[in-house]
Amino acid sequence: MSELLISVRNLHVRFPHRRGAVHAVRGIDLDVHRGECLAIVGESGSGKSVTARTLAGLAGPGVQVRSDRFEIAGRPGPHDWPKLRGSFAGLVLQDALVSLDPLRTVGAEIGEVLRTHGIGNRRDRTARVHRLLETVHVPEPARRAGQYPHQLSGGLRQRALIASAIAAGPPLLIADEPTTALDVTVQAQILDLLAERRAAGETLLLISHDLAVVARLADRVLVMREGQIVEHGPTTELLTAPSHPYTRQLLDAVPSAAARRPRPARNPAGPVVVEARALHKRYGHHPVVTGIDLSVQRGEIVGVVGESGSGKTTVAQMLFGLTAPTSGSVSFEGTPWTGLSERRRRSQRRRMQFISQDPLSSFDPRWSVRRIVAEALPPHPGEPTVEDLLHRVGLTADVLDRLPRQLSGGQRQRVAIARALAPRPSLIICDEPVSALDVSVQAQVLDLLAGIRATDGTALLFISHDLAVVHHLADRVLVMRNGTVVESGLVDDVFLRPRHEYTQALVDAVPTVEVGYPPAMANRPATPIA
Amino acid sequence: MLRRLATGLVVLWAAATAAYLALLAAPGTTVDAIVGEGADTPLIRAQIISEWHLDRPAVVQYLDYLWRAGQGDLGRSYLLQRPVSEVIGSQLRPTLTLAAVAGLLGVVLALILAITTRRPWARRVSSTAELVLVSTPSFLIGIVLLSIFSFRLGWFPVSGGQGVAALVLPAVTLALPVAALLTQVLRDGLDRALDEPFVVTARARGLGERAVLVRHAVRHALLPVITLTGWLFGVLLGGAVIIETVFGRPGLGQVTLQAVTSEDLPVVLAVVVFSAFVYVAINTLADLACLVIDPRLRRS
Repeated sequence: MSELLISVRNLHVRFPHRRGAVHAVRGIDLDVHRGECLAIVGESGSGKSVTARTLAGLAGPGVQVRSDRFEIAGRPGPHDWPKLRGSFAGLVLQDALVSLDPLRTVGAEIGEVLRTHGIGNRRDRTARVHRLLETVHVPEPARRAGQYPHQLSGGLRQRALIASAIAAGPPLLIADEPTTALDVTVQAQILDLLAERRAAGETLLLISHDLAVVARLADRVLVMREGQIVEHGPTTELLTAPSHPYTRQLLDAVPSAAARRPRPARNPAGPVVVEARALHKRYGHHPVVTGIDLSVQRGEIVGVVGESGSGKTTVAQMLFGLTAPTSGSVSFEGTPWTGLSERRRRSQRRRMQFISQDPLSSFDPRWSVRRIVAEALPPHPGEPTVEDLLHRVGLTADVLDRLPRQLSGGQRQRVAIARALAPRPSLIICDEPVSALDVSVQAQVLDLLAGIRATDGTALLFISHDLAVVHHLADRVLVMRNGTVVESGLVDDVFLRPRHEYTQALVDAVPTVEVGYPPAMANRPATPIA
Repeated sequence: MLRRLATGLVVLWAAATAAYLALLAAPGTTVDAIVGEGADTPLIRAQIISEWHLDRPAVVQYLDYLWRAGQGDLGRSYLLQRPVSEVIGSQLRPTLTLAAVAGLLGVVLALILAITTRRPWARRVSSTAELVLVSTPSFLIGIVLLSIFSFRLGWFPVSGGQGVAALVLPAVTLALPVAALLTQVLRDGLDRALDEPFVVTARARGLGERAVLVRHAVRHALLPVITLTGWLFGVLLGGAVIIETVFGRPGLGQVTLQAVTSEDLPVVLAVVVFSAFVYVAINTLADLACLVIDPRLRRS
């Protein structure tokens, strides 16, 4: 057996609270061997992040940590955490924009690790910082070291964060959702970098909600749920032959084209609900959207995919009438929509609804669910009641009097959908509606949206950065980049036989669960059809 | 930056105009208002009319007033028989010294308190004291300090503006409420900064708690404090009027008080315009300081 870096038995972590403690980790056993990549997978609240932080001695003040054994590099506790942090384990968190001090330069942040651990002297530290940035493949390290996190792109920031984590040469790198905030092509690059660190001999502890990300890197996987490990094993085994029903449920919930339901036959001559022509939007001299044509028919789901900054949200805002296009026009239900005064639009507003990524901020925090949904109901007799609507979205009457923050993420998104359905819209614009949700909840919400289209014939415009989700749900898709549509068509055509090289790159970058279980896009031909 | 300067100029113009309108609205003729309770002779009246161009059209009077104010010529106090700029200039030093020392003391005290009272019990004691200090009128604090340290212990002089010893009690009196409020703002900022993910990263590097506070969190917590400095100046100047009276110190406060009670309008006008000028200057400096601290505000 190879050398054990960390060996923990029966670990418990409790957060004391006025109304009963929260028992976040409930008796887990964990061994990390030198040179391996171990992954902990779980949904929000599973205790995976708490476990990771506890292993770096960062559980937080006042938190009760108890274990039968807590050995680090063969030594039992208590541990001298400040000394171990950085030199034994480096920590990489989700988004470097907030995980690096925004008021200090990237170079100062990396140099701080060297200074804290007394590596090098004042003069050669700058050179060391540049060398570290080179190691993580940051171009022009001398220039980048003098820049602030907000001046770097998401990928470069994450690389800088990794550089600061490995600066003191720790044998162990703990990465907590290291790619969750990144675009899919950047995510692929960062995963490559992590794989490279591993090849260089570092041990990797990877925390993720995303089985596909884990599948690419990990040797072994632990599946956590409600503070316990429900299953563990070698990655291939766990993904091909999961033994625990929860693991199977997680794998099934990964959205994919193969897993989707048969769709209702599309009526090709359905009336056009919304149509946009030659939409342009520029802020100052900066063009955001250049020449978008788009139409959605009744009962159709049209996906818009693109990375951050591609202009997809701006398109949604122009369709919804929140932003006026610089040029071009939108018509809604056959009548002009752009250029109307808000007063004239208002009568039609109910016919077009909007669902955002984070419904919490779109609810009045002091309103109950009942009031939130009731406000959207037309005041005519014979309309469905609030209870009816909640029933449709799979919620029971016991949430009626709760406040938004007392709901789970999935429940909130359901309430947002119920509110959007209340005025019987002909179009619902969804901006990343499932991005903030756990994968199992995400699958339920996607099913719900598909069901609404099937029964009501509501058209959906579905904006997402997640190709798998769009492939799972949409009929047609537009791929956006730098404000223009680079490719559009039926989802199967676009995703399985991408013609544009950018689409190809996007599709290639999506990490997939490749072994045995339903792969997301397995039947893609090796060469693109030009 | 140009826009900031332009806004500052607009504020100055508005203050000067408001003061001018107040002069026009004063009871009696403008000449009566300017004479105030000073000696009233035909010669002085003629002087006033020629200085303020009261024999010219209203627009010319107003523009001429602005022109002179822009050049720093704030007119003449007929009550004191001296140019206003001289009146203010002679009393400027003690007030500025008091305000600067009190402001600095307030900020330093707040920094020390906010950083050292991180433990729950210390925080509870400190926040109670802060609440008491914020809600006590400053003259009361001054009187209490005077009776303890001057009358009872005799450590500091009871009144006067001579020397460092005379500065201690007034400065402390002014600084305490300021420190109390700034401590609350700073502590709140520290709490928020310590909740940020970059603090977890900093700790994960092996930094000690003190280093996390001093090297990372304090800079973030200082930003709202700097934004408050404009307000701080108002408190210090307003407080100076009272404190200088309580401690019998010379200064702008005394000058203002006398000018208001004796209706010496040229001096009052000048104090208003001068205050607006310092206010604009300090706010511009605060904006610059924010730019230095927060690189995200700089245009790339």
